[in-house]
Amino acid sequence: MPSGLTLIEFLRDRLYLTGTKEGCGIGECGACTVLLDEKPVMACLVLAVEVDGCTVDTVEGEATDGQLSDLQKAFVETGAVQCGFCTPGMIMSARGLLRRNPTPSDDEIIEAMAGNLCRCTGYEAILAAVRLAAAAVQPVAEPLTGETGTERRRFLRGVESTRKDGWR
Amino acid sequence: MTRELRVVGTSVPRDDAIDKVTGAARYTTDLALPGMLHAAILTSPHASARIVRVDLSDARSVPGVRAVLMGSDLDVRLGLYLRDKRILARDVVRYQGEPVAAVAADTLDAAREACRRICVEYDELPAVLDPRDAMAVGAPLVHPDLAGYDHMRGVFFPKPGTNVAHHQKIRKGDALASLAAADIRLEASFYNPPVQHVPMETHASIAQALPEGRVEIWTSSQSPYTVRHLLSVCLGLPHAAIRVHVPYVGGGFGGKAGLGLEPLATVLSRAAGGRPVLVSATREEEFNTMPSRPGLHSTIKIGSTRDGRITALEATYVWDAGAYADYGVNVGRAAAYSGAGPYAIDHCSIDSYVVYTNKVYGTAYRGFGHLEVLWGIERAMDQMARKLGLDPVEFRRRNLLKEGATTITGELFTAGHGKPVECLDAVAKAIDWGRPSDAPSAPHKVRGKGIAMLHKAPAMPTYTSCAAVIKLDEDGAADVLVSGVDYGQGTYTVLRQIAAEELGLPIGKVHITWDCDTALTPYDWQTVASRFSYMGGNAVIEAAADCLRQLTAVAAQALGVAPETIVCEDEAAFPADKPDRAISYKDLALGYAFPNGNAIGGPIIGHGRFIATGLTHLDPETGQGRPAQFWTYGAHAVEIEVDTETGEIEILHIATAVDAGKVLNPLSCTGQVIGGVVQGLGSTLHEGFQFDGKGRLLNPSFVDYKIPTAKDLPRRMTPIFLENPQPGGPYGARGVAEHPMISVPSAIGNALADALGIDYAVLPLSPERVLLGIQSREREKTP
Repeated sequence: MPSGLTLIEFLRDRLYLTGTKEGCGIGECGACTVLLDEKPVMACLVLAVEVDGCTVDTVEGEATDGQLSDLQKAFVETGAVQCGFCTPGMIMSARGLLRRNPTPSDDEIIEAMAGNLCRCTGYEAILAAVRLAAAAVQPVAEPLTGETGTERRRFLRGVESTRKDGWR
Repeated sequence: MTRELRVVGTSVPRDDAIDKVTGAARYTTDLALPGMLHAAILTSPHASARIVRVDLSDARSVPGVRAVLMGSDLDVRLGLYLRDKRILARDVVRYQGEPVAAVAADTLDAAREACRRICVEYDELPAVLDPRDAMAVGAPLVHPDLAGYDHMRGVFFPKPGTNVAHHQKIRKGDALASLAAADIRLEASFYNPPVQHVPMETHASIAQALPEGRVEIWTSSQSPYTVRHLLSVCLGLPHAAIRVHVPYVGGGFGGKAGLGLEPLATVLSRAAGGRPVLVSATREEEFNTMPSRPGLHSTIKIGSTRDGRITALEATYVWDAGAYADYGVNVGRAAAYSGAGPYAIDHCSIDSYVVYTNKVYGTAYRGFGHLEVLWGIERAMDQMARKLGLDPVEFRRRNLLKEGATTITGELFTAGHGKPVECLDAVAKAIDWGRPSDAPSAPHKVRGKGIAMLHKAPAMPTYTSCAAVIKLDEDGAADVLVSGVDYGQGTYTVLRQIAAEELGLPIGKVHITWDCDTALTPYDWQTVASRFSYMGGNAVIEAAADCLRQLTAVAAQALGVAPETIVCEDEAAFPADKPDRAISYKDLALGYAFPNGNAIGGPIIGHGRFIATGLTHLDPETGQGRPAQFWTYGAHAVEIEVDTETGEIEILHIATAVDAGKVLNPLSCTGQVIGGVVQGLGSTLHEGFQFDGKGRLLNPSFVDYKIPTAKDLPRRMTPIFLENPQPGGPYGARGVAEHPMISVPSAIGNALADALGIDYAVLPLSPERVLLGIQSREREKTP
């Protein structure tokens, strides 16, 4: 393996795992986020040789036996996907967050997702999707209070409105 | 519309989302054809220079290099409305970042290495960077050969011997005299810098040259048929010699309309003996080489009676088109006929000049010039209201277009246009307009409220058309085929809903083909201008009706009854009075077989079409005419908090009302509003190209050109939809995709004036600009 080969090139060009997207190639947009030993990293900034012996999770591993994970379902339901190019990176950042913190606060969700750029959705539905998936992980949701107060409840709104229509 | 809708108007989630959350969705750069080569581009370091000498010999010697091209190898001109551009710069370069040479090689590394070894000798020429300077007599000409360029005649009017690519005039009444006679006058100037679309997927195209000059293309594009047509013109090929596929597209926002990297990929593949070639823009090239949104200098004069009735408006718009016309000439045209805002004004004069400069060129971008002109108009309206001592909402309410008024191009405003006044009132109510803001969160912070109107119509040729095909499957399900592209906006889901509604099928039994292909999917002009759900929706309604006619005819014959008695419902056709004799779609889809084996009918394939109707070219001298298939009106209201120590603006609440006519999918429409508002916040608070004195772009990266992140959201966003139906729209719907972005800067600028008492005229309203404004006011106060 060439020493200069990056993890994103290795995933996409050698393993044909093209779900991981390249948005800038220089670590500024988060589109190529994967989990390296459970931790979100940008695959364009990691050399393939560095991951020898590590576990790498990509978006292709998120569904099980063709069934979408709760996180993926939440992205579909809340309208968190438009063009979809940032989506795999968003899902992996969210997965990284939920693995280390299954019950994140809204501020923790924003913090975890802030390194992933999206130009279509305005983020609100993406944040709602992560919150919805977190609630599925932990059925007894924490009350949404805390330091930022009730205004941070805003991104639950999209979730509620979708569910009323019965399209699950 | 009397019947009850089952599917249209509900929040059907997008079917493509499944492919997108699993990584299965294939975008252009995910395709790998056998033997595919990778291309790299060498771009100009100068804004304006003569190309003296190019030495490619060293580049050709790099192992793995299959083709190296420079401008003098290619004698073709490209252009959407005005053919002024080369595939690779020839003789001269006109902007920093312009492609000068390109390499196709076995690997991207080899192609880039070869580019580094190309030697180009330049002779720098004087560059013209400000469009106002470019309009001066004696300014360096970006295109000295403008007179010889082919262009769409009768619509665009380039001025040879100048840098003006198009001059759009609007003349209604006598603006000069009415301004002079006005009780109160206001004059103000504004500026919007050029910005980038920033799709998360950069431009990418694969081309494979075939025998007889034919070519097959896979491209990240909004417009497969326009790519085919423009390539056919520039390469001198019949249309059928070019096949264009569009896989999933990772965002466009106008930047992927027209031609992108397809011509370069084509000539590289030809030079490489027919090996397929992938050309994919780096993020830096996306900023610096691919087109942007043009900058705008506005000067606006408004005259009003003392009681707040606008009598005259005069505006001069000078567009910074950059080095090539592309869509820029049409932006200058469309923004002129919308250039007085959604107001009834009897005396109006607008001059919109699209001016060449030596900078990266401009094209369509969500809003198509309207965010820019309305930054000026809606700021000026607030300033005028203040001068009159009137509430800005009341001042607007008195002057908005209402039934019986005419637009500035002479179009009669009817009930079918929607209700701008209702949009205004809805957003004002949403932010408690008139009630003072709560106390700010700290002593050095101040709060303010602002409001702004928006409007836009699709800017498209008067004869724009599209088609849809619906074919029924063996199991009675339906497949919809169109060539408009869903690059994120959600139209395909809406078209599925419409087909399901019309055919009497459950939504799960209506599919749409995601890969457009000019050889297989029917014609559509381009996916731009917020007209796809409107035009494509009408085409799908007609295609479904065609399917139903065929189903009805076969069922009637099979049942031995008159076709008029047949009803199609719940996936079956039956006589209205005998539902027990129903024949299911699945038994009709490919033709009906009688019990004895005899068969009738055949595969059901429906065809529908739509063409714009009643539009006219605008009069070249007065701009009078009917440019718009429909108009969509809306408004924003915001409440902000400004930190007077840092200049930072926090958006506490933004309410957005759009008169959608009919909301076909609430989830998708909400997604368009929230996404558009946040994109508008980028134009308001963060985004703008910065050039040095020699025309070099200083911020072509996400570190230096910041777009909104999840941390930059307003505390609260409230989308509001009005449903005053549009005659001729599918179920009464209008386009809404671009509109939420328009006038976000104006509303925030007005709120800033309310909070600080400072009228900012230049975007973006960055903390630095806001703080400098505060400091300069403090200095003025100090004796």
